[in-house]
Amino acid sequence: MYSYLVLRVVAKLLMPFILLFALYVQFHGDFGPGGGFQAGVIFAAGFILYALIFGLQKAGRVLPRGILRFGIALGVLIFAGVGVYNLLVGGKYLDYSAMAQNPVHGQHLGILLVELGVGVTVASVMIMVFFTFARHRNTKGSD
Amino acid sequence: MALTVIAIIRLRNLYAVVMLASIFSLMAAAIFVILDAVDVAFTEAAVGAGISTVLGLGTIALTTSEEKKPTRLKLFPLLVVLITGGALIYGTLDLAKYGDPNAPAHKHVAPTYLKEAPEKTGIPNVVTSVLASYRGYDTLGEVTVIFTAGVGVILLLGNWRFIGRRREDNDV
Repeated sequence: MYSYLVLRVVAKLLMPFILLFALYVQFHGDFGPGGGFQAGVIFAAGFILYALIFGLQKAGRVLPRGILRFGIALGVLIFAGVGVYNLLVGGKYLDYSAMAQNPVHGQHLGILLVELGVGVTVASVMIMVFFTFARHRNTKGSD
Repeated sequence: MALTVIAIIRLRNLYAVVMLASIFSLMAAAIFVILDAVDVAFTEAAVGAGISTVLGLGTIALTTSEEKKPTRLKLFPLLVVLITGGALIYGTLDLAKYGDPNAPAHKHVAPTYLKEAPEKTGIPNVVTSVLASYRGYDTLGEVTVIFTAGVGVILLLGNWRFIGRRREDNDV
């Protein structure tokens, strides 16, 4: 698998664009189609492509499992944390109007943060699931 | 689409089944685009056609790529499937026509959302504002479901001997 030159070059060319597109979908979800779920999946797809072509070891060095495990929890924590923060500043749980001086700004900020949390969790879970599947296969010695 | 589904049911080669399921998802995404549900189409294309296919192939690599032949015709499951399918089709008879402005779905909270959401949240994409703000609890629940799924996969398949990065690199 490691000697396919064309695949390696094309994957290397595509990687930045896939990740950039994921970020675009993430932060442009307010204006066009997209949002945390889709962005997370696209982000994960970029890394899965990398892992498929360059091998698990290299991909694991870019994104160690510790970080992924951390990311899975971090996303949910961001989401729930935004809700708790709203309680602290005198609003209702997950009602972002109290987050800024202007309720509209508060809503905007809240939605952005919440989508970020969704994206982090979705991306981490997808990459983690793929790594776990692939590693399981490698350790069985069939690859 | 119907052809794809029939082929998925008939085929015993799971590799082909995974590929056909991916094609099915892509066609479903196209239908969502035609129905103007771009956000849903996006998700369907990314999750259904993209990640599911990779995970399906991963599962095949872990298990086997040929489905076992059924030993005999099982009547009870067939009956359950027929009754459920019949009930679902019967249910669709009551649905409002596509694009009917008087459908209950367009009368309840939808007009409020469409009118208020851009002003109250300052976000032009109503789908995003409904998803993250008006229905924030639901979305939090969805993220928790994904979190739980991830934890479940790690617990089931995670190789606990390889915790710690350095040992991983040496062993693989």
